[in-house]
Amino acid sequence: MNYLEAIGKYFIMIREVFKKPTKWPIMRTLILKEIDELIYGSMGIIIFISFFIGGVVTIQTALNLNSPFLPKSLIGFATRQSVILEFAPTFTSIIMAGKVGSYITSSIGTMRVTEQIDALDVMGVNSLNYLVFPKIIAMLMYPFAVAISMFVGILGGWVAAVFGGYAPSGEFIKGLQLDFDSFHVTYAFIKTIVFSFVIATLPSYHGFYMKGGALEVGKASTTSFVWTSVVIIILNYVLTQLLLG
Amino acid sequence: MIEVDNIHKSFGDNHVLKGITTRFEQGKTNLIIGQSGSGKTVFLKCLLGLFEPEEGKICYNGRVYSDLTMNEKRDLRQEMGMVFQGSALFDSMTVEGNVMFPLEMFTKQSKAEMQERVDFVLKRVNLIDAHTRYPSEISGGMQKRVAIARAIVMNPKYLFCDEPNSGLDPKTAILIDNLIQEITQEYNITTIINTHDMNSVMEIGEKILFLKDGYKEWEGTNKEIFKTDNKAVTDFVYSSELFKKVRQMYLEERN
Repeated sequence: MNYLEAIGKYFIMIREVFKKPTKWPIMRTLILKEIDELIYGSMGIIIFISFFIGGVVTIQTALNLNSPFLPKSLIGFATRQSVILEFAPTFTSIIMAGKVGSYITSSIGTMRVTEQIDALDVMGVNSLNYLVFPKIIAMLMYPFAVAISMFVGILGGWVAAVFGGYAPSGEFIKGLQLDFDSFHVTYAFIKTIVFSFVIATLPSYHGFYMKGGALEVGKASTTSFVWTSVVIIILNYVLTQLLLG
Repeated sequence: MIEVDNIHKSFGDNHVLKGITTRFEQGKTNLIIGQSGSGKTVFLKCLLGLFEPEEGKICYNGRVYSDLTMNEKRDLRQEMGMVFQGSALFDSMTVEGNVMFPLEMFTKQSKAEMQERVDFVLKRVNLIDAHTRYPSEISGGMQKRVAIARAIVMNPKYLFCDEPNSGLDPKTAILIDNLIQEITQEYNITTIINTHDMNSVMEIGEKILFLKDGYKEWEGTNKEIFKTDNKAVTDFVYSSELFKKVRQMYLEERN
């Protein structure tokens, strides 16, 4: 029953977010600030993780393709498919659920604890629109981060393949171009947009409706990460079935 | 003026406000006192429109809150200023940004006009050199003054303060009390303060409402509170030896 109540409350929150908008000049500033915090501020970790994940995928694929009848180009092919279909959109989103999600829950939760949200409400500001809407819009930039993650992941794979001696550069690149289906990239971006909405709104929900003090802010951040990850994993399954199944 | 008529508020089975009727005069400092759990905060939140009572009505200069449309409620909110217990300043904004925030949100004033208004109210609360500092960089007393400046920047008709003295040293607490009283009289605001501070009760309580277990137990002025023989009030207000002596001296002087 509690879960049903929470789901209902979440959707009511989403409806409120789009009501009674904040003045555009103020909203524009908030959106730019959130793009800086949520997207630009996460690029370092996204690039770092993508590069090494790409490398690891390549090494593991190479080590498992030990038959002399299998061409080395398959290493590039497997790396491309893994990075584009799963690692860049889903794995990066789980990382973002931890990094950005915790930031969103703790910042909104702290505002709740210190009565800053009450202050907004008393002034007649739609606090949900003011706090959550800029995050949703900022997270629309997230597919660009995932595109960079795809590129860096494949680059990491190439570096591992070539400098680790698993495949020559030409073979790896030939594998990257093998049977390329542009819909796979579209599929990845559709997933990314759905995940970006979840990453912006679920942690906001946990922060906005939290009760208690500093300890509860920490607990809310953890709960928010767990639920955001769970929802991403479930949506990943559903979207994959719908789009590729 | 705010008129409250028989309001009731419950949370589940917990009946917090049990039929409170009172009146808060314009240009006066009205105090709500009572023990923790007496319903003070819920009452203040009802007056702010954050909680809607199940029964009874609250009337703001003739406008019954429950009869207002959403837009009229929003307009009424802009006539209210609130000073929160912990100041509730926005951490990400400077002092100037905090005070300018309501102007940016709700007025069409030019940047220069807003700046002029912000400078004026910050000067009014005796904060001159703090414009560019962040809330974390200033003292608790200064934070309270910024909160007061933010609350009055829109020229409110109603000013609500939730424990404005909590966490302040006695000298700063008196300064804040006096500032609120001066502003109330200067701008003819209806001010309602939720407090535990007996100094405030004695000093600025032009009207005092004492709540007990969700009921209005007593109301009167800071002069009348010395003379009352209501046991609940005397037990609460004169719980310390110091205030007992103050009362005794006052009554002896009167006799």
